[in-house]
Amino acid sequence: MKKLVGTLLALVMVLSLMTAVAEPLQLTMYFPVNVGGSAAALIDAMTQDFNAENPDIHVDAVYTGNYDDTVTAIQSAIQGGNAPDLFVSLATQRFTMADTKMAMPLDDLIAADPEGQTFIDDFIDGFMLDSYVDGSIYSIPFQRSTMVMYYNKDAFREVGLDPDAPPTTWDELVEYGLKLTNENRKGVGLALNSGSAQWAFTGFSLQNCTNGVGLMSADGKQIYFNTPENVEALQFWLDLQNKYEIMNKGIVQWTDLPTQFLAGEVAMIYHTTGNLTNIKNNATFDFGVCFLPAGRQWGAPTGGGNFYITNGISEERQQAAWKFIKFCCSTERAAQWSIDTGYVATRESCYETELLKNYYASFPQALVAYEQLQYAQPELTTYSAAEMWRILNDNIQAAVTGEMTAEEALEAAQEQGEELLADYQ
Amino acid sequence: MKQKMTKRARRETAIGWALLLPALLFMCVFTVYPVVRSIVLSLMKYKMGMDAPEFIGFANFTRLFGSSTFWKVMRNTVSFALMTVIPSMVIGLVLAMLVNRKGRHIGFIRTAYFYPSVMPMIAIASVWMFIYMAKNGLLDQMLMSLGLAPMDVLSNKATVLPAMAVMYVWRESGYLMVFFLSGLQSINSDVLEAAAIDGATGWKTFRHITLPLLAPTTLFISTIAFTNCFKLADHVIIMTEGAPNNASTLLLYYIYQQGFTNMNYGVSSALTVIMLVILLIVSVPRFFSQDRKIHYA
Amino acid sequence: MKMNRKKAVGVLITLLSIVLGVVWLTPLIWLVGTALTETSFHMTFLPTTPFTLDNIKYVWNAVPFGQYYLNTIILVVGTFCIQFVTSTLAAYSLAFYKFKGQALVFIVIFMQIIIPNDVLIIPNFMTLSELGLYDTKLGVMLPFLGSAMAIFLLRQHFKTVPKALGEAAMIDGANLWQTIWRVYMPCAKPAYMSFAVISVSYHWNNYLWPLIVTKSPTNRTLTVGLAIFAKSKEANMQWSNVCAATLIIIAPLLLAFFILQRQFMDSFVSAGVKE
Repeated sequence: MKKLVGTLLALVMVLSLMTAVAEPLQLTMYFPVNVGGSAAALIDAMTQDFNAENPDIHVDAVYTGNYDDTVTAIQSAIQGGNAPDLFVSLATQRFTMADTKMAMPLDDLIAADPEGQTFIDDFIDGFMLDSYVDGSIYSIPFQRSTMVMYYNKDAFREVGLDPDAPPTTWDELVEYGLKLTNENRKGVGLALNSGSAQWAFTGFSLQNCTNGVGLMSADGKQIYFNTPENVEALQFWLDLQNKYEIMNKGIVQWTDLPTQFLAGEVAMIYHTTGNLTNIKNNATFDFGVCFLPAGRQWGAPTGGGNFYITNGISEERQQAAWKFIKFCCSTERAAQWSIDTGYVATRESCYETELLKNYYASFPQALVAYEQLQYAQPELTTYSAAEMWRILNDNIQAAVTGEMTAEEALEAAQEQGEELLADYQ
Repeated sequence: MKQKMTKRARRETAIGWALLLPALLFMCVFTVYPVVRSIVLSLMKYKMGMDAPEFIGFANFTRLFGSSTFWKVMRNTVSFALMTVIPSMVIGLVLAMLVNRKGRHIGFIRTAYFYPSVMPMIAIASVWMFIYMAKNGLLDQMLMSLGLAPMDVLSNKATVLPAMAVMYVWRESGYLMVFFLSGLQSINSDVLEAAAIDGATGWKTFRHITLPLLAPTTLFISTIAFTNCFKLADHVIIMTEGAPNNASTLLLYYIYQQGFTNMNYGVSSALTVIMLVILLIVSVPRFFSQDRKIHYA
Repeated sequence: MKMNRKKAVGVLITLLSIVLGVVWLTPLIWLVGTALTETSFHMTFLPTTPFTLDNIKYVWNAVPFGQYYLNTIILVVGTFCIQFVTSTLAAYSLAFYKFKGQALVFIVIFMQIIIPNDVLIIPNFMTLSELGLYDTKLGVMLPFLGSAMAIFLLRQHFKTVPKALGEAAMIDGANLWQTIWRVYMPCAKPAYMSFAVISVSYHWNNYLWPLIVTKSPTNRTLTVGLAIFAKSKEANMQWSNVCAATLIIIAPLLLAFFILQRQFMDSFVSAGVKE
């Protein structure tokens, strides 16, 4: 009898062990896609590869819309007690993520991992800057982008401009824009909808500032919206629309701008590198990619999404999530991801792979974003980031629609923004 | 005997409540309780990241009342209501009069007017967004082919709400039409015939007989129309997200934004309370039309 | 003379109603036309490119609409079935029993009628989170399982059934549920039809609540899926794809409406009026 019980017990134990092996650890990840093309399918494929390589873990990647929708989704999921284990969200969300304890600091995971520090050190500094909150690493660069200018070379030829000499300064931008504008075409295109205007504005602010500081302090607690240089930058936008009439009036949507460019309705657009592959695949004309024209100096915003790990998940899950992040950010993967989407490869070692070298040789336009990185700085990043974005966007829109002057709009934004940050001083 | 009655009454009470219980439970948890909870939370500071709400009295309200965005949203909400409710009621009545006849094609025409009501608001918004899209959109294309300047209605603060109102009137008129239709059909045809014999012409009959008889229906329809219009947010999410500079932010969208984007439950609860007050006001006619409804049911 | 004038007015009315009908149909015509023709860079009212099903195919593969369909059907059917039971019982109780506290019940019902569920998203979201039902199908249904509209509608119909019928059934030995099932429900068939139409169209079309409480594709509804797609605009010349996606989600209800148009319109009226 005792024997029987013993055997049964052993059997049960073996069975439960077997099921434990057979039943992989289920992780959920939320991710956004903010560009054209099929980035969502690529992430699915990446996840499947990971799951195949790691039978003990199963990552379920959930596409949650654009960046804004994803932020909302993550917040409500965490509040709803059904948080994903890891997620991709804007780098600019990190202060909020840390402040509200939605994401966890990754320092311990990195320290515990023998390759951890080398892994981190290999990331391009400009991107890694966007990962710290009060000295702790909260996120890992993933779908990182910067803004570049796409221009229609055929249109340049048509009006007698050199297709290999895109504008390098604001003055040239206006000059070329005037030449390129006709009844059916505008010279310049910028997306000014909520969620996009603040990004482009970071770039113009950096190009025009005199102290190297654009819109905010690095600790995310101060904003400088209403400096004379920023007012000048916003006024420049208004002039493009109203004085020179080389940019569409009103608010062009982020997602409509590439379509307008591809349809030949706009000759030069400011857009994310993340759209490069999409434009390459769909352009019916010869196009070029160049640095954003300089004001007082070169300048461009970085942006895009980082990996975060949700606070409060079990250690086992943390480890699995970390493994997944490392998988997605491995040199080869990051390089391939960059080729497939147009996002900037996030690690120095990527640029030494044959993969990326060959790619740049065959498609030099792709290299522009990397070369421009030396002038790039993070986009508007503060505590309560979503609300701060809204404040700046709303007021920029107020200026664009003629409700306020550039100065009034940025004064208003400064005032509302300071009130928002009062809690964090 | 008396004993028996009480026993029966008690039994009746028990069964009555038992039958009600399932439905009542859901209604209490998801209608009564949230109302109470909104009122309580509206007096609290409660944001994401806070462990527990903190009592702050009416500070959420005073902060809102001092914010220009809040007043803008309220202005938008009220003007959107006026821009949509009155036109859709007038058009709804006109449509109802046009189709208050018999005939083969009538069914088809009614269908044409009513079908938007069975489409989800977000589908309607997705389609109309292309109508309103800058330059490439149908409206701007039409304007340009007439030699006019494109309007880009959605990114202009003066036109964004009217443009959304046109879309909503298109949807709502057909819906209100069916109520007017049922009101019209309940008017005794003898009355109209008598009027005709007395020599009353079309307009006179309408003005002095039809319209007064429709008054209770109209009052009731206005309540439905206002309630429907205040609970709109879906199309704002799809079309503009409140742009430009909150020129198209409506109250429910603002609640959603404060609650789920900014994760500020205190402020969004205060807004919810304001919304509840508005709904209570527009529902006043219901208190008076309780018995009348049955007439044309 | 008078006859002629009357005839002319009649023709005028017919003409006007047809013209308006065409105006009303314009967006739908454009939607269908764009969804079913090849994409072009320029939007036109009437399609200029050849017929194709590629847009539909593309969208169907790019977005898990099959899954969303299934979710939506489960939600719509599940919600209706539970409402059916809860409302029938409650309506029967309010129609035939007199008891203390009934007035209070009417106040609750009245509250639900004047306060649309969408307005209470914040507190209801919190309740749902506390119940641990965030991102579940049950969570999407829960706030709608006690329907004031349905209770009112059914109660009104039950009251028109002669009491003798019910009593006769009871004497024959039928229990309470059997009496409701055999006597009252068949008599209230039109009310059930109306309530079914309203409930199904409401939940098929509902957006804000499912948007807030679902996150994973296994629970997302068609409307939420469409919104994500329309806002992300993954494809290039977006309008044909967005139109195709829109067509996919509106088609079933719209077809049902075109077939049963009378029933639909009557349902909306009776639900609205008797609310």
